[in-house]
Order: sequence, then structure tokens, then C-alpha cells
Amino acid sequence: MNIAAAANETLAHNSNLLVYSAMAVYTLAFLAHMAEWVFGSRSKVGRTAAALTAHANAPAAVTVRSTQQGGGTAVLERPQVITKTAAGSRDVPDGPGAAGGTEKGDLYGRIAISLTVLAWALHVGGVLTRALSVQRAPWGNMYEFSTTFAAVAVGAYLLLLTLKKNIRWLGLPLVTTVLLDLGLAVSVLYTASDQLVPALHSYWLWIHVSCAIISGAVLYMGAVATVLFLFRDRYEAKLADPAGKQPGAFARSVLERLPSAASLDKFAYRINATVFPLWTFTIIAGAIWAEAAWGRYWGWDPKEVWTFITWVAYACYLHARATVGWKGRKAAWLGLIAFGCYLFNYYGVNIFVQGLHSYAGV
Amino acid sequence: MSTTTDSPRDPDSSDASDTGAPAGSSASDAGAAEAGGAAETTGAAGSDLGAAGSQLSTAPREDISLPSLGPVGWVRWFWRQLTSMRVALLLLFLLSIGAIPGSLIPQTSIDPVKVEEFKADHETLGALYDKLGMFHVYSSVWFSAVYLLLFISLIGCIVPRTWQFVGQLRRRPPAAPRRLTRLPAYTTWRTDAAPDDVLAAAERMLKKRRFRAHRAGTAVAAEKGYLREVGNLVFHLALIVMLVAFAVGSLWKSEGGKLITEGDGFANSLTQYDDFTSGAFFDTDTMEPFGFTLHKFTATYERTGPQKGTPRVFRADISYFSGADGKEHRTSIEVNTPLDIAGSKVYLLSHGYAPQVTVKDGRGKTVYQGAVPFLPQDSKNFTSTGVVKVPGARTKDGKPNQLGFQGFFIPTYGGKGSGSMFSQFPALDNPRLVLTAYHGDLGLGSGLPQNVYQLKMKGLKQYQADGRAVAQMMRAGETMQLPGGDGSITFDGVTPWASFKISHQPGNGLALTGAVAALLGVAGSLFIQRRRVWVRAETGADGVTVVEMAGLGRSEAPRLPEELADLAGALAPAAPVAPVADSDPDLGTGTEAEADTGPLPAKNPAEPTDSDGPADPSEGARA
Ligand code: HEM
Repeated sequence: MNIAAAANETLAHNSNLLVYSAMAVYTLAFLAHMAEWVFGSRSKVGRTAAALTAHANAPAAVTVRSTQQGGGTAVLERPQVITKTAAGSRDVPDGPGAAGGTEKGDLYGRIAISLTVLAWALHVGGVLTRALSVQRAPWGNMYEFSTTFAAVAVGAYLLLLTLKKNIRWLGLPLVTTVLLDLGLAVSVLYTASDQLVPALHSYWLWIHVSCAIISGAVLYMGAVATVLFLFRDRYEAKLADPAGKQPGAFARSVLERLPSAASLDKFAYRINATVFPLWTFTIIAGAIWAEAAWGRYWGWDPKEVWTFITWVAYACYLHARATVGWKGRKAAWLGLIAFGCYLFNYYGVNIFVQGLHSYAGV
Repeated sequence: MSTTTDSPRDPDSSDASDTGAPAGSSASDAGAAEAGGAAETTGAAGSDLGAAGSQLSTAPREDISLPSLGPVGWVRWFWRQLTSMRVALLLLFLLSIGAIPGSLIPQTSIDPVKVEEFKADHETLGALYDKLGMFHVYSSVWFSAVYLLLFISLIGCIVPRTWQFVGQLRRRPPAAPRRLTRLPAYTTWRTDAAPDDVLAAAERMLKKRRFRAHRAGTAVAAEKGYLREVGNLVFHLALIVMLVAFAVGSLWKSEGGKLITEGDGFANSLTQYDDFTSGAFFDTDTMEPFGFTLHKFTATYERTGPQKGTPRVFRADISYFSGADGKEHRTSIEVNTPLDIAGSKVYLLSHGYAPQVTVKDGRGKTVYQGAVPFLPQDSKNFTSTGVVKVPGARTKDGKPNQLGFQGFFIPTYGGKGSGSMFSQFPALDNPRLVLTAYHGDLGLGSGLPQNVYQLKMKGLKQYQADGRAVAQMMRAGETMQLPGGDGSITFDGVTPWASFKISHQPGNGLALTGAVAALLGVAGSLFIQRRRVWVRAETGADGVTVVEMAGLGRSEAPRLPEELADLAGALAPAAPVAPVADSDPDLGTGTEAEADTGPLPAKNPAEPTDSDGPADPSEGARA
């Protein structure tokens, strides 16, 4: 074996080490998040219940916010903008977050985020060294795909955090699933660094696959928000109907601290609506590449079929939101089905179905 | 962010009936007034805001009432259902479900061999699937029905939406509703500037920001974001364009494969293809005259490292001609760079090796000489299998004795000690040809087409020696003798072959145009917000001008409050906030603090009270 090859082997080995270290740190972040939720459960806020009972008979209420800096120079007082929630939706404030306003909880929450940042740095390092070791983009098989996917998802979450978006609630579910994903990747899906067939030597492939990974990783955040929306929505519905069955203590403690159903729904919509054009572009890029490599832009290959199904399912979701009687929970279920299609495309189709895209090697 | 339990404009409990509609409200917005008052029920969705909230989208209204009697009524009802959002949703859902079986059941268009295998393995299920068109889902009656209905629905939806949108473009933005406080974003302040000046400044400011704005009575009505609707219409139209392109492409396409060994050529006519399929409207008489010759096929592979064996270059050097005059041009075809020729494209699909052999029969006569393509069985290292058929061979005494050879070709043999008969590397490092021999009747006379890569064993007998099949591994130059003096086969060398796909598919450009338009359209539709803004300026009872601004967007408009604040800031130089006589200066600027009361200037923002009537300057001023 020559020196270059040895160097590559060392890189591949280092990549594995980095991924394992990232998993260890993610585990610590997971524990810190758990601590955050546990300490946070000691605060009894009850804002949701208060808001819902106080508003039981009131029409849509009003939220007051301060405005941004106005333009006038001589003006000391700026007009405030009053926003009003869309009627028909409950007027409920967002929960206080996992820490529930407790100092200790908040401390652990911050520790968890710092650990997530560290783990992510290791994780990205692992992905990059893997790419260097094989001298190509690290998307050649399902092991590489899964590790990259998780890295992009955490990266997107951290980016939104830096932009000061209210998404700390995503921390625990995200870190948990990233651990599962990486665990699956290093145990079941692991493939030693391998080669690509020449049909994959096209820059359209890099564009197509990187867009697919980014779309999926971001859609995943939307899917988590949708699941939480379904829980939180039912919780709010129960609270709003004091005569009906009330949520249990555990559900109350956890769901109370999440953002309101309306906020979660809006977040999920924005994610899905933002990614939909990117997903459309992913399909177009794939078609252009298929045209160049195989001589047809669309051939109903299983992978193509599921990409199409995913796209139509998201179109369904977007339509449902514009259709009376389909807003809210029904649209949310459609959104989850659509993400299920995405997942099946990557795991199901690669494992169960044979097609032209089966170069990947599980 | 915090909330109060009621709208700031609503009077407190002492005056529950709220009959005190502002006397100052002008006649111009009377039409929108009542609808504005009903806004609680839908808020930003808009439809119940009456004229002011109307047509922020051209989405069709839901109508599920049953038709009035008569066939015309029913037809109209049916058409309305078909073009409703609900049915579009249903059809979209059906389309995605209907696409599933085609990915799980083998499809004739992708792998006909698998379909046959499936039918053989599952007799009843196979027959049932056949009836349902499950082996060609995407051209089946039911799948076509779903997408055709969807596209009829789409056309039926787009046409009226386009008219409606054009109508909206011609009309001006609707006048302000009477009670702007009902709108999802609202702000107000008092100024010493005259109402007329404020309104004029507001109109200028809004127009400068590319709002369509006009003045109606004491208010300016403005709207922006029409491109959202344009994007949405373009997107849906582009889907139709893509469907048309798809149809054109599949009806007029032709596609065929051809395997060519180095030195051989191809001319575009039906008989030259190894396999050929074409769309319903393709006319084989109109095939363009062109052709090409494969001069050299080059494949190089990574020799070391973890990438060992990875192909680095696949290149077919060819010369081609096009048209009747047939001038030759030289070029090369690579995997991702097809040759564009006379409206067709020639793709390099795969490659392999063709061992050259010379076969002599019992008479010592050379009965076959040439390169025989072997098919790779392992795509990585190219262990390949193949057969040689020699129908013209005879025995020593001149009796017909057709010969068949079967075996495999190994481009890089690992050596005796390697314990493997499989190739170790894809290049021709240490080639071997391993053959066994048969004689008898090759079955070529039956007139049925035969697979050139397989022997039909029925009429053949394997050559045996000492009770064992005769087989030999040959290096280039070596010869295998057949028992009984029936002849010999010599392995002369190796020629590479390459296989090409020649495809002609019109409508690709149209499909790409449609796709790009769809992409731009959907991005516009999802990223552009359509919203309305109203500015009202009226003189209050104390002679000070009250400015009110309100914004309305679709429920998902995320930045409406910020934008309204921005616009208010832009209007501030023309309408500076007037000092409030009895306001507390410390509290007056406390806008960063979240207050529970109404808009500034608030008398007492710290007091968490619902009785905000007095805290509302406009209400106070008008009372
Ligand atoms: C071929 C299948 C179709 C696809 C892939 C599709 C896709 C989409 C997408 C992605 C959107 C989202 C844009 C947005 O939310 O603004 C949308 C919006 C819309 N679609 Fe479709 N659509 C299809 C067929 C139809 C049909 C048949 C109709 C007519 C009933 C229709 C009517 C609408 C309307 C009215 C909107 C805008 C909704 C709104 O204003 O929010 N679409 N469509």
C-alpha cells in the first residue's frame, strides 16, 4: 500500500473516531436537556390554562408589541403596532420553554446547547474527513447519507438559534433523533469508504443530492413541529373545554411549556413552504442529470416515483391549508404523511426496492 | 408578548353594547363598515372583512350546496365540484397513492424480464395485476384518469382565477373598513399635521414603496404583492405545459440500444438496433440518416488506495456522419456527455470485453474468426460470460457438426494461488478466457430469434474427456483442442466493446421551460405576501389629527406587524407624533416594555386593565 492510500485509511479512521466522539457529546447534550425539562417541571406556570379560561367567552383578543425603531428623527415616541391573532384560533401565549422559567432549568438548557454545538463541530469534522478520505462528496451510501443528514439538521437548528428564533423547544427531540440516526448509521448501515460508479460523476449529482439532503433535514424540523403541534393542539382543546376530559399531570407539565399550537403550526408551515420550492428544484436537477446520464429525464424509476410522491404529498399539504375544512389537524396529518414519504424514499426504497438508483449500497 | 382579554377598542363592561361607533367615520367606508365589524370570526383570512378583505387570493369559494334541478344545474354543479379545492386536494392525494404500486411491482417499461418472472412466480396475482394494469401503472387507464381529471380540474380552476385576477388588477384596492382596529395589525397616533397633508404624504410614501395606493375619503387604501398571485397562476400553468411536454415526448419518442465492438459501426435504421421501442406516433420511415463508427474505447481505473478500481475515464472515440452527404466528423462520447446528432442523442451506457477467437473445424478449416462480446456479470471487476456459436462447422468426414462454446472471460486473473476464478481488477491486466465446448444442433434453424448470449442446450452435447467436461483456461495465443479431432478454438486477443443508447425525444426543451417556470412561480407564490394597508387621518374632537394605520395579509403573512411599523416610521416625518398633554414622559417612551394596554401614547401602560377605552386616543378623541 502506498503512502497516499495509508493517509486515506487514517482519514477514514479519524472520521469514525470523530463520529463516535460526536455521539458521546450528543449523549451528554441529551442528558442536559433532560435535566432542563426535569428542573423546569418544578415551576407551575399554568399560563395556557389561565389564558384559555379567561378567554373562554371573549372574542379574539389583542396582543401588544413594541414596534421596531421608527424612521423619524425628532420623534421620541413611536407608535406601537397591535397585532391580533387570527380569529378562530385560540388566543394562547407560547409556553415558557423547557426550563419553565426556572434558573436551574435554564442553566442546563444552555449547557445542552453548548454541548450540541461541540458535538456538531465533531460531527461535521467526521463528515468532512470522510469526504477527504474518499475524495468525493460524502453521499455515496446510506451510512454517509445518514451522517450528513443529521449534521445538516443540527446545523439548521443551530442556525435558527443564532438568528434568535424561538426554537429551543426543538432541542430534546432533535438531539434524541440525531443519536438514533447516528446509532443506526454506525451499526446497521456502516459501509467502509467505497467508490462511485461513473454515472455519478456529474456536477448535477452534487447539486441534486445536496439539495435533497438539505430539504430533508429542514423538512424534518417541520415534521417534529407538526407532531408537537398535534399534541399541543389536543392539549389546548382539552383545556378550552373545562367540562371535558382534562390532560394528565405529565402531559400538562410537558405540553404547557411548548409554544402554542398556533405558533407550532405556523413554524411547520413556514418550514414546509420554504422547502417546497427547493424540493421542486431538487427534482428538476435530478431530471436534468438523468437526461444527461441515462437519456431520459423521467423514467418512473422507484426513486423517482417516491420523489414525485413526496412532492405531490407536500403539494397536498399546502393545498389543504388553503382549503376550508382541511386547515389545522387534517393538514398536519398530511404534512406528516408527506415527510413519511420522504423517509421511505431514503430508507425504504434503498433497502426494499431495486432500481437504477441502487448503486448506493446499503 | 402578552395579551389582554379584549380588544382595546371595545368599551369596557359598563358599555357592553358598543353603539358608539365613531361619529367621525366618513361615509366613504360605510360599505365596508359592517363587514369590518364582523371580523372576529375570521380575522386575517379576510373573507368576512367584506370588501376590504375580499380577494386577497383567487382561491375558489367552497360550495357544497346541492344543485337546483335540471341537467344544466347538475352539469354546472359537477363542474363546480371538479374545479373546487376540495376535489383538487382529493385528486392530488389519489395521484400520490396511485403512483405507489408502480414502485413496488415490477414494470414492463423498466424491467420486462422481472415482470415475466413475477408472473411465473405468482400465477393468480400476476393475472389479476395484468388486468389492473399494474405492470404498466403509469400508462394504465386508472392512473391516466386520475391525472387527466386533475388537469381538467386545474384548467377549470386556472381560467376563472386568471379572469378574476385581471379584474382585481383593474379595480383599485378596496376602501378602508370603518374600524381599522379589527385588522390583524393596527397602529395609531396623534399628530399636529393636517389630515390632508398626512394622507397625501401616506399616498406618496406607499406608492414609493410600490404599493398600489389611492385615496378614498379620509383614508388611503393600498395593496402590494400581486406577484404572489401571478406566481401561483404561472406555477399551475407551467404544470400544464409540463404535462403537454411529457405527452409529446412519450408519443413521438424513439429509443434503441446498440452494442458495438471497437472498429465496428452503426447506421440509424431499424434493423441495426439490438432493441428498439417507440411512441405511438413515431414513424419509422422518418428516421434521420446518421451513423457512427467506434474507433477506440478507453477506460482507465484508479490503481491504488481505497478508490482502487474506480473508473476514472470512460471515453468512446468515434467518427460520425449525419445527413445523406455523410461528411465524417471525429469526436468522443463520455458517460455524462452524450453526442447530439440530427435531433437524437447518443449515450454511452456501458462497456465490456469481446475476446477474439479463431475456430477451426474437423477439416482444419477456419469456420469462425472475430470478436465475441461477453457481458459483464460483476460491474466492478468485469468477470464476464458469453458464448461463441459456430453453425458452419463440420467433422473430419464433412458431416455437419455445429459447435458452441460457453464460458467466461476474466480481465485480471488473480493467479492459481488466489483461490478465485473471479476477476481482481476491471482493466486487462492478466486476461484469461475459460471455455467449455458443445456440439450438435444450435437450434438456429427454427427461425425463432435467439439470444446471442446464450446457448440453446436442447440439441447440444457437451464434449467429454475421461468422463469429465472438456474445459480450458487460455491466455491470449493459446488454443483448446476438441476431443476426437473435431477442431480447435484459439484465443487471439481482446477487443473492448461499448454499448450505446440512441434516443430521440422531442419536447425536452418545453419540459425544461415548464419546469423552470414552475419553480419560479411556486417560489413567488410562497415567498411573496399579498397584503393591504390602510391609512386614515381625521381631525379628532380636540382639533388634533388622529392617524390610524392597519394592515391585512393572508393568515400566514409573518411580517405584517413589522412592515406596518416600518411604514408608520416612514410616515412619521410627515406626521410627527404630537405631545400628549397629560401623558407621563417616562411612560410615553417605554415602548420596549411590553404593555398590556392599547396603542401609544398610552395614559398608563402599566395598568393591566381591560377598560382601555380612555387609553385609546382615537376613540377618546372621537367620543
Ligand atoms: C397538478 C397538481 C397541482 C399541484 C402540484 C399544485 C400545487 C400547488 C402548490 C404547491 C400550491 C401552493 C402555493 C401556495 O400555497 O400559495 C398551490 C396553490 C393553489 N392551488 Fe394548486 N396545485 C395543483 C392543482 C390545483 C388545482 C386542480 C387547483 C384548482 C382547484 C388548484 C388551485 C390552487 C389554488 C387556488 C392555490 C392557491 C391557494 C392559496 O391562495 O393559498 N391547484 N397549488
